[in-house]
Amino acid sequence: MELFTQALREAARLLFDLSPELVDIVVRSLRVSGSAVLLGILIGMPIGVAVGLGRFPGRQIAVALIHTGFALPPVVVGLFVYMFLSRSGPLGSLELLFTPTAMIIAQALLAAPYVAGITLAAVQAVPPDVRLQARALGASPLRALWTHMREARLGIGAAVIAGFGAVISEVGAVMMVGGNILGETRVMTTAIVLETRRGNFAVAIALGLVLLAIAFAVNLALTRLQQGRRPGEVGGSAREGKPAR
Amino acid sequence: MSLLRAQGLRRRYGRRLVVDVDALEVGRGEVLAVLGPNGAGKSTLFRLLLLVEAADEGRIFLDGREVRPGDREARRRLAGVFQRPYLFTGTVTDNVEYGLRARGLKRREREARVAELLALLGIESLARAPVNELSGGEAQRVALARALAPMPELLLFDEPTANLDVTVRRRFREDLARTIRTQANAAILITHDPADAFALADRIAVMEEGRIVQTGTPEEIVLRPATPFVAAVTGAELLGGGRVVACEGERVMVAMEIARGAGPRLAGIAPDGAALPPGTPVTVAYRPEEIALALPDEVEAGACNRVPLRVAALVPAGGMVRIRLEGDVSLTALVARHAVEVLGLEPGREVVARLEASALRVFPAR
Repeated sequence: MELFTQALREAARLLFDLSPELVDIVVRSLRVSGSAVLLGILIGMPIGVAVGLGRFPGRQIAVALIHTGFALPPVVVGLFVYMFLSRSGPLGSLELLFTPTAMIIAQALLAAPYVAGITLAAVQAVPPDVRLQARALGASPLRALWTHMREARLGIGAAVIAGFGAVISEVGAVMMVGGNILGETRVMTTAIVLETRRGNFAVAIALGLVLLAIAFAVNLALTRLQQGRRPGEVGGSAREGKPAR
Repeated sequence: MSLLRAQGLRRRYGRRLVVDVDALEVGRGEVLAVLGPNGAGKSTLFRLLLLVEAADEGRIFLDGREVRPGDREARRRLAGVFQRPYLFTGTVTDNVEYGLRARGLKRREREARVAELLALLGIESLARAPVNELSGGEAQRVALARALAPMPELLLFDEPTANLDVTVRRRFREDLARTIRTQANAAILITHDPADAFALADRIAVMEEGRIVQTGTPEEIVLRPATPFVAAVTGAELLGGGRVVACEGERVMVAMEIARGAGPRLAGIAPDGAALPPGTPVTVAYRPEEIALALPDEVEAGACNRVPLRVAALVPAGGMVRIRLEGDVSLTALVARHAVEVLGLEPGREVVARLEASALRVFPAR
């Protein structure tokens, strides 16, 4: 209990002092995880939409593969990225290993299955009549697809939140491909591991609390963006033939 | 020249032939109703004609030019209102201007058109309302305004009143009647409800199991149904089977067949061009509202067919009463409540059902 109280005091001090080291770690964590989520969206969302709305042979296998991605162990992803980026790997000449870029790549690969899987479910949950209705009003196929995705945005927002959640707290992959180099690749999770190994439990717990607070703040912002309007309710009265008031 | 014409249109789902329409057309200034029961293939036909689904066979012509689902220019000359119109996320205005945005209209033009339509449909106060706060009737009006906004040449409706309750349905039908003729060149109305078809259409095409079985004006469809199915879909009831005993022009004398042998002889009308020589097995249909009831001692001379029957049951139907009559044949009569009181009708009461020959339709049995 004393340790925990001490940790809380330490956390308060760290936050109050805003030490350059802490700020550096927090900013890097946000930059790496934010970029990874964006890259994960760029990879995962088109896949989710294509598999969710497309009809092609092997579609069920594709869905199962995406869902298997939810269970990807971060260290396995880290291992693969390490092998690709290591000096003897196929992309070794790029010299990206132990850089924030390598961490972004690894985390993007972890976020993409979440984004794809939840986007897939979200676009499937929208009635197919939406695209037909849009086309019946003269929309191009692209505009009709955009309209469909707008209707699915509650679920697509959840996909982004889940993708962010998958990477902000991740440590295995970033440790392997980033190396936890102070001032270069040290992020909050790797710093927590380091401080714990050093026996600085108070600092580790303090960093953990800061990490949770940041995760909460980012999720709150994303949730506000997502829940601004609830498309699931839109047109519900018409669909259910609710009588006029 | 017709505005839209379909020729040899076929659509299969698996092995099932859902749409099998040899010919269908709608002219400029015309409202065509496609009337049929659920499962007749009407909604599939709606999507084919709206060019949002491809047919397996057949051709569709718009102003004489063949068009296909990928033809965006053609699709923009049409607009459709689905049975359960999905209103997109946002406000009423966002929805009504959707088709205008898709056509790249400038903001000022969009605003003017939206304001005009909302006023026309009496929903101008809802312009900024989120669509999830609308009632069923309001949502249906928004869907109508949204379809009308781009000034389509041909409007298509799939069961426009099916999701509305009775009072809202009547008002919405009036809105439809007022707007489709002023805002579009022509309209196709897909419906299972004869009331929609009779209230709104210039011509009715009756659909049965994917096929158009008869096309004509509402009067022709009611007075000269080509088949018992057409008669039934427009509100007629089947009286039963019989055999022709005499035929003179369109007038046919039929001996009804009943369980105990020969039933009453009734005079009716044959469909146009049907040859019904004596002995032909036939099916007879009638409209319940065309039956007049009288007490046995009060029957006046002149009525063509008189059938003595007994009242079996009375079922209130709004301002009218449906009366089930049993005897040598079974009939359902639809009479005013007032008549029930005047005649003192109750179960077991003997009555005489009177039908003019023109009220009985005789069809060759299938």
